Amino acid sequence: MDNTFDSNEYINMELLRFTTAGSVDDGKSTLIGRLLYDSKSILEDQYNAVKEASERRGEGYVNLALLTDGLRAEREQGITIDVAYRYFSTPKRKFIIADTPGHIQYTRNMVTGASTANLAIILVDARKGILEQTRRHSFIASLLKIPHVVFCINKMDLVDYSKEVYDNILSDFKHFSSKLEVQDIRFVPISALKGDNVVNRSENMDWYHGPTLLYLLETIHIASDHDLVNCRFPVQYVVRPFSDEYHDYRGYAGKIAGGIFKPGDKVMALPSGFTSTIKQIDTYDGPLDEAYPPMSATILLEDEIDISRGDMLVRENNVPQISQDIEIMLVWMNEKALQIGGKYAIRHTSKELRCLIKDVKYKVDINTLHRNLEDKNIGLNEIARVSIRTTQPLFFDRYKMNRNTGSVILIDETNNVTVGAGMIM
Amino acid sequence: MKNSLNHLQELESESIHVMREIASQFERPCLLFSGGKDSIVMAHLAKKAFWPAKIPFPFVHIDTGHNFEETISFRDSLVEELGVKLVVGSVQEAIDSGKSVEEKGVGASRNILQTLTLLDTIEQNKFDALLGGARRDEEKARAKERFFSHRDDFGQWDPKNQRPELWNLYNGKKFPGEHFRVFPISNWTELDVWMYIRSENIRLPSLYFSHKRDVFMRDGMWLAHAPFMQLKDDENLEHKVVRCRTIGDITCTGVVLSEANCLDDIVAEIAATRETERGNRADDKRSETAMEDRKKEGYF
Ligand SMILES: Nc1nc2c(ncn2[C@@H]2O[C@H](COP(=O)(O)OP(=O)(O)O)[C@@H](O)[C@H]2O)c(=O)[nH]1
Repeated sequence: MDNTFDSNEYINMELLRFTTAGSVDDGKSTLIGRLLYDSKSILEDQYNAVKEASERRGEGYVNLALLTDGLRAEREQGITIDVAYRYFSTPKRKFIIADTPGHIQYTRNMVTGASTANLAIILVDARKGILEQTRRHSFIASLLKIPHVVFCINKMDLVDYSKEVYDNILSDFKHFSSKLEVQDIRFVPISALKGDNVVNRSENMDWYHGPTLLYLLETIHIASDHDLVNCRFPVQYVVRPFSDEYHDYRGYAGKIAGGIFKPGDKVMALPSGFTSTIKQIDTYDGPLDEAYPPMSATILLEDEIDISRGDMLVRENNVPQISQDIEIMLVWMNEKALQIGGKYAIRHTSKELRCLIKDVKYKVDINTLHRNLEDKNIGLNEIARVSIRTTQPLFFDRYKMNRNTGSVILIDETNNVTVGAGMIM
Repeated sequence: MKNSLNHLQELESESIHVMREIASQFERPCLLFSGGKDSIVMAHLAKKAFWPAKIPFPFVHIDTGHNFEETISFRDSLVEELGVKLVVGSVQEAIDSGKSVEEKGVGASRNILQTLTLLDTIEQNKFDALLGGARRDEEKARAKERFFSHRDDFGQWDPKNQRPELWNLYNGKKFPGEHFRVFPISNWTELDVWMYIRSENIRLPSLYFSHKRDVFMRDGMWLAHAPFMQLKDDENLEHKVVRCRTIGDITCTGVVLSEANCLDDIVAEIAATRETERGNRADDKRSETAMEDRKKEGYF
C-alpha cells in the first residue's frame, strides 16, 4: 500500500473470500505470490525472507511460491498439504485467500477452503488445457455452491500468448460446463510468472479485451450472495444478565442465516411453533432497524416463550423444511470409511444431535460426476449421496438455497474428529 | 451499500459468533490476556458478544515478571471495568519454586518458560477452552491454524492432524484433559485491528503511542531497556522517540522509532509500513520455523 492510504475508504471496503485450486505446478503459489507482490501487500521483511530462502535453495529467481508454503513438511516436500489462509487488500476490497492443494488426495482440504468462499480461482496450464483435475476442481466449486468461478488459463507465455490456444481451451470447457451449477463463470488468460493480466494488463495479449484477474476480484458483485428473502435465525446463545438494571432481559443471540429481520415482525420459534413479535434487535452499539446476514445480533421478543440454543426463529408464512429424514451429499474426510448403519454426531447451525447413516444411494466420481449405484464403500475424499436419520428434527433448507441452513458436519464420537461434510439436497 | 456489511463489520460479526460458540460449547473457557492490543480488542469483542450481560469467563494473564509496569496497571483497570475475574499465572513463582529454570546470558528470555506456566495454569483451573488473540496473518505457521484448535492432554498441537473446519460449524468436542485454543480474530490483519481500534475508539496503554525511552539496537531491532536486560559490549543505550507495535515480555518486544501519537497517525503509519510486526519480535527470529516448533509444544 502506498501513502495515499485513505482510512475512510478502508473502512467501507467489502470482504471477498476466495479459494485457489490447481494441481501441483500449475502455478498456484506463483499466482498468489504475484497477487500479493503486485498489489504491494507483501512487506519488505517477508519479501527479503523469501529472497534469502530462494538463494539458499539455489533458485535463480525470487520464488514467490515460498510465500505461501507454511509448514515445515511442506517446505521440505515442496508441496502444499493443508488449507493456508492469506490476507491482502487493495483500496477496493479486503481479500481472504483459502489456499488449498489440488491433488485428489486433498479433496477434503479443497472442500474445506471452498465452504466459506464467495469465489474460486481455478488454474489451468495453457499447455495442457482442461484435464481431469480441472473438472474435479470445477465440480467441487459447483458442489459447494461457490457463486463465482474464475478460470485462469496460466503460463500463456509458454504458448506464445496465443489466442488460438486460449480459444480452444474455452471451447473444450463448454463440453462439461453444462453439468456445473455455478452462477457466474469467467475466464482470464494470464502468466503468473511474468505478471500478464494478473494485476497489470498484458501487452502481450492485445486480443484479450476482458478485465485483469485483480479487477475481477475487486468488482465482482457479491452483495447479493446472501439470501435476503427467507428469514432464518438459529439461536446460538441466550443472553440473561441477571443484573438489577436488566432484570428481566432475555435476548436470543445469534448470527442471521437468511432474510431481513425487523422490529415488529411476527416470528415463529421452531420447534415449538409458538409465535411472537420482535420487540427489539439489540447490539452493544444500540438497537437496529433491521438485521440481515451475516450480522450477529440479539433478538428480544414481546412474549415470554421458551427458546434455547438450537432453536430457530423464522417467519410464520415461510418456514424451512422440518424433518428427521434427510438426504445429503456427503464428502468423506477420514481414513476410516463411512459406516452404513453407523451413528455419528451431527452439527447443523447451532444444533448438535446424533444421526444414523441409513443408506448410500450412490457414489459420485468426482472427476466425471458419474454416479455409481453399486459401490457403497465410501472412503477418504469420496463423495456420496447418503440418507440419514437424526435423533430429533432439523430445520433446514436445501444447501442450494442457503449455505448456512443447508450444511452439516459429521463427527466420529469415538475420537471426536470431524469426518464428513454434508450438503442437504 | 444496502444490506451488506463492510469488512470490519463482517470480521466483528464472525468473531462475536465464535465467542458465543465458546460460551455455549465449553464448561470452563477463559480469555488469554497478554495486555497487548490484540487481547484488548478481544476483550472489547467479548464485551460486545455478551452485552448487556457480563463476559461469562475469566481473563488469564501469564505474567513473565518482565512486563512493562503500565501493562499491569492497564490490565487491572480493564478487568475492573469489565467486572471479570483475573487469573494470573506467574513465571517468577515457577522460577522461585524451582519448577522452571531461567535462561542465562545475553538474549535470555522467559518466553519459553511461559509455556510451562501456561500449561500449569490450565491444569490447575481445569480450563477447557482458551481464547487467544492470534491472527493468521502474523506468521506462516499461524496461517494454518483453525479457529478451534485442538490440543491433546499434553497441550500439544499436531499441525498435520488438524480437524477439518467447514462453514461456520465449529467442532469443540473433546475428551477429559484435552483442551482447545480458540482464535476469534484469526481472519483479522494488523491493519484491521488498528482500524477497528480507531473506529471503536478503544482505549490502549500509552506504550503504543510515541514516547521517549532508553533503547538499544540488537540484531537490527530496537529493544526497550529494563534493569534485568544485559547489554553486549557493542550495544549502547540511546534515548529515542519510539512506540511499541506489539506489547509482551519486555525482553523480546521490539519498539519502532515513531512520532505517531494518536490513532490516526498510527493507522497511517501501519498502512505505509514495510515491515510486519513480528519482524520486531526476537523470539521468532531464532529459526525459520521457530513459531511452529513452539506452538507444537503448547505455546500460545
Ligand atoms: N513460464 C511460466 N512458468 C510459470 C508460470 N506460473 C508458474 N510457473 C512455474 O511453474 C512452476 C510451478 O509453479 P508453482 O507456483 O510452484 O505451482 P503450484 O504447485 O501450483 O503452487 C514453477 O517453476 C513456476 O515458476 C507462468 O505463468 N509461466
